[in-house]
Amino acid sequence: MTGFTPTPARPAPANTVGFVGWARENLFATKLDSLLTVLAITLILYVMKVVFGWAVIDASFSGSDRTACLKDVQGACWPFIEAKFGQFIYGRYPDAERWRVDLVFAAGLIGLVPMLMPNVGHKRANMIFLLGFYPVFAFIMLTGGVLGLAAVDTTDWGGLLVTLVVAVTGIVASLPLGILLALGRRSDLPIVRALCIGFIEIFRGVPLITVLFMASVMLPLFLPDGVNFDKLVRCLIGVALFSSAYMAEVVRGGLQAIPKGQYEAAAALGLSYWKTTRLIILPQALKLVIPGIVNTFIGLFKDTTLVLIVGLFDLLGIVQLHFTDASWATPETHITGYVFAGAVFWLFCFAMSRYSIFMENHLSTDRNGS
Amino acid sequence: MSDPVIRINKMNKWFGNFHVLRDINLNVAAGEKIVICGPSGSGKSTLIRCINRLEAHQEGEIEVEGITLDGSLKNLEDIRSNVGMVFQQFNLFPHMTVLENCTLSPIWVQQKPKAEAEKLARELLARVRIPDQADKYPGQLSGGQQQRVAIARALCMNPRIMLFDEPTSALDPEMIKEVLDVMVELAEEGMTMLCVTHEMGFARQVADRVIFMDEGEIVEENAPEAFFSNPENERTQLFLSQVL
Repeated sequence: MTGFTPTPARPAPANTVGFVGWARENLFATKLDSLLTVLAITLILYVMKVVFGWAVIDASFSGSDRTACLKDVQGACWPFIEAKFGQFIYGRYPDAERWRVDLVFAAGLIGLVPMLMPNVGHKRANMIFLLGFYPVFAFIMLTGGVLGLAAVDTTDWGGLLVTLVVAVTGIVASLPLGILLALGRRSDLPIVRALCIGFIEIFRGVPLITVLFMASVMLPLFLPDGVNFDKLVRCLIGVALFSSAYMAEVVRGGLQAIPKGQYEAAAALGLSYWKTTRLIILPQALKLVIPGIVNTFIGLFKDTTLVLIVGLFDLLGIVQLHFTDASWATPETHITGYVFAGAVFWLFCFAMSRYSIFMENHLSTDRNGS
Repeated sequence: MSDPVIRINKMNKWFGNFHVLRDINLNVAAGEKIVICGPSGSGKSTLIRCINRLEAHQEGEIEVEGITLDGSLKNLEDIRSNVGMVFQQFNLFPHMTVLENCTLSPIWVQQKPKAEAEKLARELLARVRIPDQADKYPGQLSGGQQQRVAIARALCMNPRIMLFDEPTSALDPEMIKEVLDVMVELAEEGMTMLCVTHEMGFARQVADRVIFMDEGEIVEENAPEAFFSNPENERTQLFLSQVL
């Protein structure tokens, strides 16, 4: 009998690995590929030149009114952003009280950053800080009226502050609500199921603008006299309910992807419905739909701009409001303002997107992952 | 024979209008090993799934360790922590490590302290001969290893009865033996076992009784020697001539 000795592995041929190999394979594999590569690089360089010329070379960087931005070849009017920056971030929040907003932003960052880093411990304490302490703290600090803090009416809030308040509340409320709705929609109890389907289909079937109008204009008509709550709060509720309906459908997609065997194995181990859901089903289902969840978050973040139509000034709203300032009326003011607002939105959305990709890789437990 | 730990009396089950199990009568004594075989669709999996009530029956009685299986939830959890189950597709939880899979039920259902549960799990993983895989994820193991984890996970509940639903059908030939070895060992230690399997060698080696099912009925039951060498029913003969 002869033994079996596997042939030893040899290194790959030199020009198929490394940068040269990569470029040959991906950029210059055929004549057409080479042509497309050259065209694409030319296009990228051209766009970069145009953008760079507008944002840097032809731009104005200092000045205190419109005269700074009236050159013959005028690029971005950055002094406009600089002059209005406080307004864009805080809205009409009183100057003397803006430190309170800063404190709320800072506390949020301090709570959020370790929460988002998987290998930082004390997640439970962190969670209690973020979901228990922080909302109360933020509410007291932002609205004031207690502890010697001056009251600041929500009608004075604006800019990035409103954008973040609406987006963060919507995001934090929509995930648990969406999960409950998704579970309810798959429930064996017909009444629970019918209620959840009804809720989801109604909120998903109407535009967010309608929901915001309803919350802001119609709701007070149904409330008894004297009962009236803040316009911002009504918007928050509207946004949270609206996005939870979308979230529910995303989560349901994940729930449906979990094989029946997982439920059976959990049942055979004696786990109850809620333990099965919490320990077995949701961790897997949510992991599967991270891209969908983050997609919904990003959509929600950008949809906050719609609060403008019920008279709240979010970042975009307040930027637009300041276009009407006569002392900054230049041909480039609009575009500079929109680019600024766009860049801020993009920064937040891109960060969410990158984080979701990081989490997907981190949670992967297949052969190559973990 | 001592008092039966499983008593099934005139049990009937339907899926919708489809009559899957018809007048099943079966008593299983403590420590008895029963192999159930039959063509696909004969109701053998459904039968053992009724024993831990993964499926609910509509007529007749099932009694496991003196507890009658019916709609009340309290009974259900008692039964399930006494009855371990191993599935054809392993059904390990892919987002948990092997150790977490094994300690899940002891910690969350039986409320054992984590350290104790982990100690037990490591002992049982050693018993199914994969002590060094405890911190891997199921996706990193071979099929045979995964199925042995599934057996260890079921054993971690300290069950008195084990149900096996075609435990080797999804495995490569080289891995079937490593799973069967573990099952033989378990049988020799006196576990009460009901196995749906087509591994006739296993049936000969450990079974006290072999049951043949077709069309939702128990066609024949006998000691393995008699069953294989001298089947009484024609249907059994036909089936055996095809699988042996």
